[in-house]
Amino acid sequence: MNVDLYEKIWMYGTGGMLALFFGSTAVSAVGKQFQPPSHVETINPARALSDPRFARRGVWQDDQGGVHVTVVGMMFVWLPDHVTVPAETPVTFHLTSTDVTHGYQIVRTNGQTMVIPGYVSQLTTQFAPGEYLIACNEYCGLGHHAMAGRLTVVPAAEWTGPGMAAPAPAEGGDHAAH
Amino acid sequence: MRPTDRLALANIWVAVLAFGVAAAMAVMQAISRANLELPFRSSRMYYMSVTAHGVLMALVFTTFFIMALGYVTADKENGKLQLPRVGWAAFGLATTGVVLAAWAILTFKASVLYTFYPPLQAHPAFYIGLTLVVVGSWLWVLEMVLSWRAARKARADRPVSLAMHGTAANAILWAFCTLGVAAEMLFLLIPWSLGLVKTVDPLLARMLFWFFGHPLVYFWVLPAYVLWYTLLPKEAGGKLFSEPLGRMVFVLFLIFSTPVGFHHQFQDPGISANWKLLHTFFTMIISFPSLVTAFTVCASIEVAGRLRGGQGLFGWIRRLPWGNPFVAASLLAMLLFLVGGFGGAINAAYMLNSVVHNTAWIHGHFHLTVGSAVALTFMGGAYYFVPRLSGRRLELVPLARIQPYLWFLGMLLFALPNHFTGLMGMPRRIFSTDYAGAAQAQAWEAITSLTAIGGIVLFVSAALFVQVMLVTLLMGQKEPQPPIAWAEPLGEPAGGYKAGLWDRLGFWFVIAVVLVLIAYGYPLWDHFQMERFGSPGFKPF
Repeated sequence: MNVDLYEKIWMYGTGGMLALFFGSTAVSAVGKQFQPPSHVETINPARALSDPRFARRGVWQDDQGGVHVTVVGMMFVWLPDHVTVPAETPVTFHLTSTDVTHGYQIVRTNGQTMVIPGYVSQLTTQFAPGEYLIACNEYCGLGHHAMAGRLTVVPAAEWTGPGMAAPAPAEGGDHAAH
Repeated sequence: MRPTDRLALANIWVAVLAFGVAAAMAVMQAISRANLELPFRSSRMYYMSVTAHGVLMALVFTTFFIMALGYVTADKENGKLQLPRVGWAAFGLATTGVVLAAWAILTFKASVLYTFYPPLQAHPAFYIGLTLVVVGSWLWVLEMVLSWRAARKARADRPVSLAMHGTAANAILWAFCTLGVAAEMLFLLIPWSLGLVKTVDPLLARMLFWFFGHPLVYFWVLPAYVLWYTLLPKEAGGKLFSEPLGRMVFVLFLIFSTPVGFHHQFQDPGISANWKLLHTFFTMIISFPSLVTAFTVCASIEVAGRLRGGQGLFGWIRRLPWGNPFVAASLLAMLLFLVGGFGGAINAAYMLNSVVHNTAWIHGHFHLTVGSAVALTFMGGAYYFVPRLSGRRLELVPLARIQPYLWFLGMLLFALPNHFTGLMGMPRRIFSTDYAGAAQAQAWEAITSLTAIGGIVLFVSAALFVQVMLVTLLMGQKEPQPPIAWAEPLGEPAGGYKAGLWDRLGFWFVIAVVLVLIAYGYPLWDHFQMERFGSPGFKPF
């Protein structure tokens, strides 16, 4: 196949650019573990509110002091709809839905995940101090645009601690396979 | 009128009517963005209109126009269709499907948006209707593949035309990827909506949808590429710069379009990160043929500009026939696609996606791609093909000349601000941006008004297009029209090119299947190993 010189240069340039994209993605994904929320765990959506993992909802700390937030989405509210967490601290959100698919989006941050009934989503990120709107970003019905919450991020020194104890470990309902 | 022309025009009729209704539905959304209080404005009306707009534009207008274009290409290749009656059966099935789905949507029984994610549950007529559209399109695929084979046989060691090559590659790609959505419809959604099964697995449905959903965008784009490669250089007064590479481009799309769907599901639970990463790499590869196309098409129109007497580094641009509706529409579509392509690379980025997923950025993005690169090129294509198929001259030519420029302006006003509000965290598909006065939401307001103005400009442009089409089709002056002619390749060897490796579509199809088995086979198998809990249907609309 006879390819024009300029076209060859263009194609090598394009190939080089793609190699750069490949490399930067691979380095940050594998090296730094920057990954989109990809937790694999299932749950019965009809019984999510009484499941030990989601029976109590809110902010809690694990044995190592890690900060966690447990949230359930349902038409058209987040439970709880207001949480307070410390700044510059990794916060892990655990979410599920009792009805349709929702999207948990902490506005103007990289914190978001789909919340699909039957599955448990996990999301870890950290925040600068401030007030954040939490929106539902997956259409869930006529009240979709009203499904919102608030995240208050306070300086770590001013944080008054978790609002609840860590949830009981799941009773054989944990299907994290990966 | 020749029989194939009649069939193609029937498909164009459905496309134009669907386009008109869909454009009217978009006004409802523009008004919502402007926060105007009108009596008919309600959340119920808004979400219905988003569903109707998405389904009628993205699935009906595109598919019917692409089928028409395919019939025209195949007929020009062989002088006839292989199975003309099957073409009419395809038309009948698909049109029946459109009527069923449109009835369900417009009577508020299916406000599930065009992605129809369960457990939102629509009326069965919605799912059955869309399935009929797909089944109809499979008959069209059969015609395209048989026409391609007939042309290959007739020409011995010569390749088929680039237009036929691209059309056949697209048809094969479509047949393959629609297996995903057909499985979703037939095994999950239709039995579930009829009450034959109680629950569906929402994540499995999403995986099957996006198996289809990303190749779907190439199914839209490839016919626009066919027109840019084979018609635009000719109409602009030049030649096609690099014919053999065009053949490679369509084959690369056939191979890499499908194993990329997880980049729409980056934020989904239940799919492990490594598989998302693999799909990210395939997604990057699929940008390669588009970037090659950018070079070839630009080089071809530069050849045209210089043949028309353009001088200097940029002087050839002014010499292009900007008053030719098809040429203007295609060139403006390409400019908007340039921006849309950059945005697409960001959407597909493994980490950056967290910032833009399901925000206004997304509909800003795809209005530049399917809404401009594809829709504007098709509108331009309609100005070219409809007179040649109907034997009637194009009427209201001044309106056809300004319509692409209005679309361009409207799209700039609509799509660019949506990218900004998206980066500012505004979700997509929301009736109101108010959020009880939250400070972060108030920051979006001034910018959303711009998108509302853009929406109105786009509607005016759409109305002009529909008007030109209806007047031409119904009342156009009958007079002999020039024949359809594809661009000649620049620097073609004496006696023409020989058929080569890139012309062996059957072989490349096998490669495509292998890649998809790798990218989807294991994740799906793994998915079925988990204990899964289905969902009953919900109808909150």
